[in-house]
Amino acid sequence: MSEKITSLRMEHITKRFPGVLAGDDISLEVGEGEILALVGENGAGKTTLMNILMGIYQPDEGRIFINGNEVRFRGPEDAFKVGLGMVHQQYMLVGDMTVTENVALGYKQAWKPMKLDLDEVRRRVVEVSDRHGLAVNPDAYIWQLSVGEQQRVELVKTLCLGARFLILDEPTSALTPQETEELVDLLKKMKEELSIIFISHKLNEVKAVSDKIAILRHGRIVFTGDTADHSSSSIAALMTGHEIELPENKEADMHGGLALSIKDLCVRSDRGNLALDHFSLDIREGEVVGLAGVSGNGQRELAEAVNGLRAVESGSISFFGEECAGRGAHQMIEAGMGYIPEERNIEGIVPAFSIKENLILKDSENPRFSKHHLMKRKAVMENAERLRKDFDIRCPGVDTAAGSLSGGNIQKVILARELTRSPRFLVAVYPTRGLDMGAVESIHKELLAKRKEGIGILLISEELDEIMNLSDRIAVIYKGRVQCVMKHGEADKRRLGIHMAGLEEGSDE
Amino acid sequence: MDILINILSMTVPFSVALLLASLGEMFNQRSGVFNLGCEGIMAVGAFIGMLVPFSVGQGGAVAGGWNWLGLLLACVAGALLGLLFGLVVVTFRAPQGIAGIGLQMFGVGVAGTLFRHFVGGTQSIPGMSTTPIPLLSKIPVIGRIFFSHSIIVYLAFLFVPLAWYILFKTPWGLRVRAVGTHPRAADSMGINVNRTRYEALAVGGALAGLAGAYLSVCQVKMFSDELIAGRGFIAVALVYFGHWNPVKIMLGALLFSFAQTIQYNVQGLGMNVPYEFFVMLPYVVVVVVLAFTSRNQKTGPAALGKPFNREMRT
Repeated sequence: MSEKITSLRMEHITKRFPGVLAGDDISLEVGEGEILALVGENGAGKTTLMNILMGIYQPDEGRIFINGNEVRFRGPEDAFKVGLGMVHQQYMLVGDMTVTENVALGYKQAWKPMKLDLDEVRRRVVEVSDRHGLAVNPDAYIWQLSVGEQQRVELVKTLCLGARFLILDEPTSALTPQETEELVDLLKKMKEELSIIFISHKLNEVKAVSDKIAILRHGRIVFTGDTADHSSSSIAALMTGHEIELPENKEADMHGGLALSIKDLCVRSDRGNLALDHFSLDIREGEVVGLAGVSGNGQRELAEAVNGLRAVESGSISFFGEECAGRGAHQMIEAGMGYIPEERNIEGIVPAFSIKENLILKDSENPRFSKHHLMKRKAVMENAERLRKDFDIRCPGVDTAAGSLSGGNIQKVILARELTRSPRFLVAVYPTRGLDMGAVESIHKELLAKRKEGIGILLISEELDEIMNLSDRIAVIYKGRVQCVMKHGEADKRRLGIHMAGLEEGSDE
Repeated sequence: MDILINILSMTVPFSVALLLASLGEMFNQRSGVFNLGCEGIMAVGAFIGMLVPFSVGQGGAVAGGWNWLGLLLACVAGALLGLLFGLVVVTFRAPQGIAGIGLQMFGVGVAGTLFRHFVGGTQSIPGMSTTPIPLLSKIPVIGRIFFSHSIIVYLAFLFVPLAWYILFKTPWGLRVRAVGTHPRAADSMGINVNRTRYEALAVGGALAGLAGAYLSVCQVKMFSDELIAGRGFIAVALVYFGHWNPVKIMLGALLFSFAQTIQYNVQGLGMNVPYEFFVMLPYVVVVVVLAFTSRNQKTGPAALGKPFNREMRT
C-alpha cells in the first residue's frame, strides 16, 4: 500500500465481446504526476479499457505493468491493493446507504469480526475530505445527494481506499458548468500527489485539464501526444474520423401561432412530491424552445404530463387552443403530438419487436397499415424500407429486433416514426444523450428541418451546446419551476449554469 | 377475557415457525435472491427434526438431547438446500421464481418420501417440552402469554434484534445489503457478489430448516405431509409485509398467527358458520394487509431476483 505509482503501462491489450472487438491491440503509458486524457466517441472502447485496467474485465490478450513490474488483476480488489482507483461514469454508490457505509464497503480495516467500525470509517472520510477540500456529509444517504455531491463522494471513497492513481470515467457528464470548473481545478491540484486518467469526449475540458492525450476509435488507439500541441478541432477530427459540423438555428423567427401553452402546471413525481410546481411555458409554431436544467428537476414529469402519460394535479395544458390536461396518451397522439422519450430503450421502442413493427407502433390501426384489423404486411415492409433509407438506419434488415441496435440507430428508428407521422408538435427529451457526434449531427439536422416546416418543438436537454445551437428561446427549469427565459442570443453557458444551479444572477455564488 | 388470554398465549408460539422462516427469507432477499422454495426447505427440516428423536431416542426418556440434535441437523440440511439453490440461481443464473417452485416441490416430495420409508405412518413424538421462565412466568396474564413456552420460542424472539444487528451493524450485513441493492457497485469495491449471496442463502436455508423442525419437534410434535401447510409461502409474503426489516417482520408473524389462533378458538365455539370461513381468515388478513401496505412504499432490494454477471454489458 505504500509504494508510489511512478509509471503505468498497458501493452497490446485486446478484448472481444460477442460480435464486437472492444479493444484492439491497445498500448498506453502514464507517468508520475501526469493527467492523461483518453478521448473517443461512445462505443470506442474507453470504458472497456479502463474496466480491464481495474480487473473488472479480463483481457483476452495483453499485459499490464506498474512501476515496470507485470501485474495481473483477478478482480478490482487486486487493483486497489496496488493503489488504482476508478470513479465510474455510472456512480457505484448504494443509494439507500450512507456515505460512510458506502466507503466501509471497501474499507476492510474497519471490518471487525462481529462489528463494523463505522466510527473509524467516518474519521477517515472526514480526514480525506478535509485534506482535498471535498465537502461531503459522512452521514447523508446517497439518495439525498445531488449528482455533483455524489461525485465528490465517489472521489472521497476512492481516495479513502488508498488510491494513488485515479481513473475518472466521463466525470463531467452529469455536472453543471460550475461544478465542472471546480472539478478541473481540483484535479490540477491533485496531480501533485497522483496520476490521473481522465476519460471524456468534451474537448474543452480535455484541453483544460490534461497533459497528454490518447484518442481511441473503434477499439484502436489512433493518436497519442501532448495536449498542448493540438487544437480542439484537430482532436475532434481524429476522434470521429471526419470533420463534424453541428448545425445551428440561424433562421429568422417564424412568429407562428401559439402551439402549446402550459399554465401553472403542478404534477407529482413517483415519490409523491411536487415535481412540477406551477410551471408555465408557451411555445409557438415553428419555434424551438430549449428547456435547460440538471436532470431530476421535473423534466421527466413535464414530458410525461404533456404527452398524457402522467396525471396532472392542477393547472392547464392548452394544445392549439384545446385544453388537454388530464387526457390520455392516445388522445394526445391523435391531437398530433410527437414524442421522443427520455428512455429510448424502454419507452421509445419495444426492444423485442422488429424494426418494421416499431416503426408503425402508433399507426397499427391506421388504414395505411391495416385492413379489417389485419396488418398489411406489404405496406409495413415498404414503409420500413423507405424510412431505413431516408433516416440512414444501419441494421442487418428491418426484421431485426430493434433492441439489438446501437443507441444511435434506435434513436433514428424513433425519430423516423415520430417525424413521418406528420405531427403538429414535438417533445424531444434528451434526444442525443449518450450518442456520438455523427448521430448527433443527423438528429440536429432533422429537428431543424421540422422547425422550418413550422412545427413547434420543446427540446429538453442538459447539453448546453445542443440547447444553444438549436433553440429560438431557452428556458431554465429548476425544482419544477421556470427559473428564467432567454432569447437565442442572450444565453451563454455561464448564465445558464448559474440558473441551472438555482442561483440568481449577480448574487455571489 | 379468558379466551383472549388463551388466544394470545397460543399466538406467540404459533408465530415462531413463520418468524424464523421469514427472517431467513429476509436474508436471502436482502442479498438479492428471491427464494420461493422456503416451503420445501421447511418440509425437509421438519422431517429431519422429528426423525432424530424418533429413531435414535425411540421417543423415550432421553429424547431431550436428541431433540436438540434434530434441530441442529435440520439447520444443516436447510443450509445445504440453500447452497443447492445458490448453485442453480447464482452460479447457473436460472430464473429464481421457477427454480424456487422447483425447490419447494423437491423439498416437500423428498421429505414425504423419506418419511414413508423411515417412519411409515403418522407417529407422534414427545418432542420438546415447555420451559417456563422462573419468576417471569408467574406474572399474571403476561407470564402465560410470553414466558411459558419452549426455549426455541425465546431464542427466536431474541434473534429478532440480533438479526437487525447483523444486518445493519456488521461487515457481513453491509455486504449482504450492498449485493442485494447494487451488485455492480459492491463488485467494484472488491466484494465477491456470488459468494455473499451463497452465504446469505445458507443462513436463510438454515433458518427455514429450523423453522420446519420447530413445527415437528416443538409445536405439533409429529410429521405429516401437510405439516407445513403453506407457511413457507406466508413467510415469503411476510418479508414483503415487513419491508425487509426484522422488527416489522416479527409484527407480521404475530399478526398472522393471531388471526390463525382466533380461527382455532372460534371454530370451537360452535357458531353456525361454515368453518371454511375461519380457516380462510388468516390468509385474507395477509392479502388485505399486503394490499394496503404495498402502496407508496420502497420496493425493497433493488437487485432482487436479478442474477449478477460481471462481464454483462449494460
